[in-house]
Amino acid sequence: MLCQHCKKHEATTHVKTMINGKVTEYRLCPECAHELGYDNMFSDFSADFGGLLSSFFSNALPAISGAAHCEGCGSTLNDIKRTGKVGCADCYDTFFSELLPTIRSIHGNTEHKGKQPVIEYTVNEEEKKTDASAESPEDKIKTLRVELKQAIADENFERAAQLRDEIKELEG
Amino acid sequence: MSEAVVSTRIRLARNLKEYPFPIRLSADKAREIADKVGEALKDCGIKFHRIDLDAIPDTIRVAMIERHLVSPDFIDAQEGRAVYLSDDNTVSIMVNEEDHIRLQVIKDGFELNEAYALADQIDNILSKKLNFAFHKQFGYLTQCPTNLGTGMRASVMLHLPALEMSGAVNRIGANLSKLGLTMRGLYGESTKPAGAFFQLSNQVTLGISEKAAIDNLQNITTQLIAQEMRARETALSNIEVEDRIHRALGILKTARLMDHNEAMRLLSLVRLGVSEKKLESLSTDSIDTLLVEIQPASIMTKYGDDMSPRDRDIKRAEIIRTKFN
Ligand SMILES: [Zn+2]
Ligand SMILES: [Zn+2]
Ligand SMILES: [Zn+2]
Repeated sequence: MLCQHCKKHEATTHVKTMINGKVTEYRLCPECAHELGYDNMFSDFSADFGGLLSSFFSNALPAISGAAHCEGCGSTLNDIKRTGKVGCADCYDTFFSELLPTIRSIHGNTEHKGKQPVIEYTVNEEEKKTDASAESPEDKIKTLRVELKQAIADENFERAAQLRDEIKELEG
Repeated sequence: MSEAVVSTRIRLARNLKEYPFPIRLSADKAREIADKVGEALKDCGIKFHRIDLDAIPDTIRVAMIERHLVSPDFIDAQEGRAVYLSDDNTVSIMVNEEDHIRLQVIKDGFELNEAYALADQIDNILSKKLNFAFHKQFGYLTQCPTNLGTGMRASVMLHLPALEMSGAVNRIGANLSKLGLTMRGLYGESTKPAGAFFQLSNQVTLGISEKAAIDNLQNITTQLIAQEMRARETALSNIEVEDRIHRALGILKTARLMDHNEAMRLLSLVRLGVSEKKLESLSTDSIDTLLVEIQPASIMTKYGDDMSPRDRDIKRAEIIRTKFN
């Protein structure tokens, strides 16, 4: 069988990956396997399918119309599609709707679950306030509880006391 | 049972909000990030030393890859790429590889929770000093969308000689991907991993918490080890397998030329014999160390850059003989 990447050489490497709950298999020649990071000698921990991403993109993305640049880094959607790499954090907002189907096809999901960055609280007070206005009191209490736990774990007791007061107030 | 797990690894991908991702990063900005990371690591309680990738020879870089201290992507010594290594080599922080920061913890044996706890602790320290790119919906933002969400890749390196002998390993590998895991061969030709060493890791990072991903990997690894142990019972009751194990030791003790693949294959057999108490020889720990020492660049780093493949095969046989005799 021919390599599915270059379609020139004999495929020797068999790569399995799961997309959208479905197992997809790739057969690659040694050169492409190397190029895409699948050669086993060093294959190691970077279980990244970055190299195969451009092929995901070409299937998942709608045709490109016009060339909107990302304000943050200057990337166009075409740049991202060609390299399989996103240019900067802002790109994810700039090209949100274009990237969304690809992200869904990679992860079978589009909502993060899990850890959030631990931030020095003073820096982010402003942002938190605006966020909070959209939340229901129950959600707000939940969020505050998580923060409280973290503050205690960080031994930031001043902040913990402040959070405890806020929770009390919301609980009425 | 833990002897079937050679090592455990946790890797977290992080980026700084105010800089473009590495693909769009200038050398100056890259160095700036490397400095910032060093600054942020100063009072984390662990001592790190910095290695600038463009300041060291190729063979040392490859040797670092063989030791899993940095990823294969670090083979290009692009300007501004650096790695911070803890003194015991347990923690490595790659700067400006695929992402601004790739924090990695490696532990011997099956230590997923311990490895994650340490990675999490260092991540928290960094996140207080550095402004990480985080998105409400997509989680930690990464250069490659495959790492969005937790940015976490948890893996275990497994030695599954009996499952490989029985041929079950391929079938298992196919089923694992349905469970959100990827299994890959380590060390060897792409089609046939030499020595039955495999790496099992979580595949998806968005929509699954760190804990859920680690628990899943932990459970399936435990089941896989149980299968391997059952297969070992069958394999080792077979005189032909026992013969192969003993012959492997004989060759390792006496050979004068040993290429990489043969060494991996024979060491794998001896490792099986030792962990199943069929052989009196080196400990599995010493064998695991040897597995790294006989990789090509590791030999060249120690014994000279200008070695031909044949020189290396001679040296490899010598290193192994010395260890086993
Ligand atoms: Zn090819
Ligand atoms: Zn190709
Ligand atoms: Zn951008």
